[in-house]
Amino acid sequence: MALNRRTFMGATAGAAAATLAAPHVYAASHGGKPKVVVVGGGAGGATVARYLAKDAGDALDITLVEPTRVYYTCFFSNLYLGGFRTMESLAHDYGNIASAGVNVVHDYAVGVDRDAKTVTLASGDTLMYDRLVLSPGIDFIDGAVPGWDVSQQNKMPHAYKAGSQTELLKAQIEAMPEGGTFAMIAPPNPYRCPPGPYERISMVAHMLTQMNPTAKILVADPKEKFSKQGLFEEGWNTHYSGMIERIGPDFGGNNVSVDPDAMTIDIDGAVENVDVCNVIPAMKAGVICERAGLNDGNWAPVDGATMQSRIDENVHVLGDACAQGDMPKSGFSANSQAKVAAMAVRAALTDSRMFPAKFSNTCWSLIAPDDGVKVGASYEATEEKIASTDSFISQTGEDAALRKATYEESIGWYAGITSDIFG
Amino acid sequence: MKRLSLFCAATAILIATGAQANEFGDAEDGAKIYRKCRACHMVGSEAFNRTGPQLNGIFGRAAASVDGFRYSDGLTRMGNDGLVWDFDTLDAYIENPKAFASDTRMNFPGVKDAGERADLLAFLRQYSDKPRDIPEAAPTATPREVDLSDEILAIVGDPEYGEYLASECTTCHQLDGDNDGIPAIVGWPEEDFVVAMHAYKEKFRPHPVMQMMAGRLSNEEIAALAAYFGGLE
Repeated sequence: MALNRRTFMGATAGAAAATLAAPHVYAASHGGKPKVVVVGGGAGGATVARYLAKDAGDALDITLVEPTRVYYTCFFSNLYLGGFRTMESLAHDYGNIASAGVNVVHDYAVGVDRDAKTVTLASGDTLMYDRLVLSPGIDFIDGAVPGWDVSQQNKMPHAYKAGSQTELLKAQIEAMPEGGTFAMIAPPNPYRCPPGPYERISMVAHMLTQMNPTAKILVADPKEKFSKQGLFEEGWNTHYSGMIERIGPDFGGNNVSVDPDAMTIDIDGAVENVDVCNVIPAMKAGVICERAGLNDGNWAPVDGATMQSRIDENVHVLGDACAQGDMPKSGFSANSQAKVAAMAVRAALTDSRMFPAKFSNTCWSLIAPDDGVKVGASYEATEEKIASTDSFISQTGEDAALRKATYEESIGWYAGITSDIFG
Repeated sequence: MKRLSLFCAATAILIATGAQANEFGDAEDGAKIYRKCRACHMVGSEAFNRTGPQLNGIFGRAAASVDGFRYSDGLTRMGNDGLVWDFDTLDAYIENPKAFASDTRMNFPGVKDAGERADLLAFLRQYSDKPRDIPEAAPTATPREVDLSDEILAIVGDPEYGEYLASECTTCHQLDGDNDGIPAIVGWPEEDFVVAMHAYKEKFRPHPVMQMMAGRLSNEEIAALAAYFGGLE
């Protein structure tokens, strides 16, 4: 069934009435404190909820809607594949955010009625809001890789939302036959975590070098270029010589289909048998944005000064889901945008001050043990978009001590950002 | 010889990144330890480069900067990035040269005893004309890392704006003062904070992320951050 906002709301209301005699309506009356509902408890949503509670907890009624009780960060999940982190070390719960005064609701947000200013949950409950913050991350575009859909994700994992998918991918790599083939179908731009697929290749190569050194890695990539390409290719030559083959669009990397039952991939007519296939399909904003009618194309456009939707000023969209300009879709970016959004929401609903929006991002990647690299930039909001103001990138040929220091810095960053997000 | 405590802005920063050295030792004892170094290094009026570079004037000298000596790529790079030899950097280097600069050509396991290193550095210090970062020179003769006008130093920061700006810093720097991999920045004297940020802004300090972050902050914004972080325990 094709969903639009009204038919969806109607359907949900009917389903709720059938299962619950009297669905709750949180905040039924609009007396009391202004209400902020945050959808999505990742790097964007958890940060905005925590900052609002920290800075304006007495003045606002803040609800965070997140389906999972334990959140596994996508960032650093490649290091789990490489054996540098445990899955437990990537796990975060919402205890500190709840203690800070946020009403944490573990449920799916399934619809938004922007006229009534309500969010509907899968349970049938309804949340009213004065300001809504959507930070739902990404979903995959149906049919982006012919032969694959999410029902095939156990045969060909995407592992692009961390947790059980990441564990499954690692188990499949460990079970590869000697000399087998790991394939990755890389995504087209724009997508979550631009260096992510290539850090993953590095970590899989590190794994295979240890346990299955004659195995091969085959990457079908629709993009001509990718993030930190020179750094990754230098590292692959140094550490994993001869193991990795990347097929770009010139050789059909943009014309790929898969057969999960046969475990084959077809790259521009050439069929390959593979042992593990990591399909990272083309992406779009988390589906709640589409249901709320906030997308232009696949993403939800926002005004960078406040992170408000360009379609509805009562809604802010953060992180991977928004179309904002020059920032990459990353956890760091989402966390950075969340602070601007929190400041803007607080200023709109209380009498606190507005400050100029400033953003930054740094993406660290691990290529091999103690071989870390980084890329980053700073940004400001213009009328048109979030625009890059300055940038830097690690250089090829750097010495081992600097690369080690960069890796150690990334570990410090992980500790810093996760305590900034989750308290 | 008495032991003197050492203090300057640079030391405060190094303490924040984990270095603990803060005392000078006995130069006479240091002369004996220096015998280990003599196989490769020379110091004094007749010194010249041998297997290792001559060590006259090493205090306050940029790393890998003696003319005519071929250094490892790593040390050369650190010198280009702004590493200057002072008590703390030399102390860290001679403790474990390969850990400090993994490709260093100095084939020496290091002096593990902190007191022996202090003695050795007290000996070497005698051959540096105007040593920076030494007790006799501090505090009046210790230059700031950057020349800041009295007007900049006098700016009273707006801590509320500082708190908002600080939210960018706390993505990496932890408010609880943890300094594993990334230095802690809470509780600094405000002037040290201001000097450090201007040193990054002017690119005297070598870290690219910090150069970029500081580079776009105005004088008032730096003062606001110093006011906010200085007020945290």
